[in-house]
Amino acid sequence: MKSYRADLHIHSVLSPCGDLDMSPGNIVDRAVQKGIEIIAVTDHNHTGHAKLTRKLGEAKGIWVVYGVELTTKEEVHCLAFFDTDEQLDQLQEAVNSHLPMINNDIAIFGHQVLVDEEEKILSEITHSLYPGLNLDISEAAQMVHQLGGMFVPAHVDRQMNGLYAQLGFFPEELEADAVEISWRTDTRSMMGRHPELSRYQIIRSSDAHFIEDIGRAESKLLMNACSFVEFRMALRGEQGRKVMES
Amino acid sequence: MTGRQLIEKMDLKVLQGSSGLDREIAGGYVSDLLSDVMGHAQEGEVWITLQSHINVVAIASLKELAAIVLVKGIEPTPEVLARAEEEEIPILGTRLSTFETAGKLFNILSA
Repeated sequence: MKSYRADLHIHSVLSPCGDLDMSPGNIVDRAVQKGIEIIAVTDHNHTGHAKLTRKLGEAKGIWVVYGVELTTKEEVHCLAFFDTDEQLDQLQEAVNSHLPMINNDIAIFGHQVLVDEEEKILSEITHSLYPGLNLDISEAAQMVHQLGGMFVPAHVDRQMNGLYAQLGFFPEELEADAVEISWRTDTRSMMGRHPELSRYQIIRSSDAHFIEDIGRAESKLLMNACSFVEFRMALRGEQGRKVMES
Repeated sequence: MTGRQLIEKMDLKVLQGSSGLDREIAGGYVSDLLSDVMGHAQEGEVWITLQSHINVVAIASLKELAAIVLVKGIEPTPEVLARAEEEEIPILGTRLSTFETAGKLFNILSA
C-alpha cells in the first residue's frame, strides 16, 4: 500500500466566497506544485466545476474525487464525495430540488461563476448557494448514501457551521463515513473533548478559498491505488486502508 | 406560570405535551445554536427556536428546560416528538416569528 497526499476540501471561484483565481486549471496546477496527489473541489451546494477539474487533473496526474460541500437545514456544513458522472448529476438535481431558490446578491456575497479551462466565464449561477437545504443532517447523509456517495461532516470544530456549534453534540443516528477537523484545530485536543470522534477516520484539509492556501493542511490516505473503492475503504478505515495520523 | 397556562395565553399549539406541562416556567431563552443553549440556557426556561433536529430534545432535557417553542409553524418529525415524549419535554408550536414570540413571552413573564 501507498500513502497518498490528499486535499479534499477546496473551493473554486464558483463558491461565492472563492477567490477569482480559483479556476479548476489553477487549482490543479497548484496541487501539482505542492505535491498533492488527490484533490476534491467542494463548492457550496454546487458541483459545476467537478468534471472540468477531473479532466484537467487527469492530464497532470492528479486524481480528482467528485465533491460538494452541502449546507444542511441546521446550517451544518458537510462534505460529500462521489465517483461517477451519473452520481454527480443526480446529486446536483437532488440539491437543486432541496435548495431554497433565492437570488444571489453579488454585491454582498460575491460572484458564483462557472469557467472553462482557459478561465473564460461560461455562465453565472444566479441563485444563492449559501442557504441550507431543506434536509436535516441525517436526511442529507441518507441522500448522499443512496446515490452511492460518502458523507463527511466538515470542520466539525468550527464555531461557524461546524457540527458541534450548530447541533451541540454528535447525533447518535448520524451515518458519517469520516469526519473533518479544520486545519486550525489540534486533532488530539478535539478528540479529547469529543471521544466519540475516535470511531471515525479524521481528515484534514485546506478549505482553501485562495490559491496559496491549497495544501495548507492535507490528509495522508493509505490505499492500494487511486480508485473510489479504495478511497471509500480509506475514509472508513476498512481492510487496512486508512487516513494516517498527521 | 406553568406551561399549560402559557399555552392559553400565547395560543400555542401543543405538538407534544403528554407530560411536563405543569412545570413552573422560570424564564425564556432564544437561540438557534444548540451549543449556545447547552452553555447558557437555565433550568426551567422556555426555549424559543426554529431548530427541530432531534438533538434539540436532548439538550432541553439536559438543561431541564420547561418547554421548546418552535416558531414559524415548523413541525418536528415523529421521531423528535417521540423522543420528547420519552424525555417529558413539551414541544409547543406557533405561526409567529421568533421576534414576536419572544416579545409576547417577555411581556407575559414580566407582567
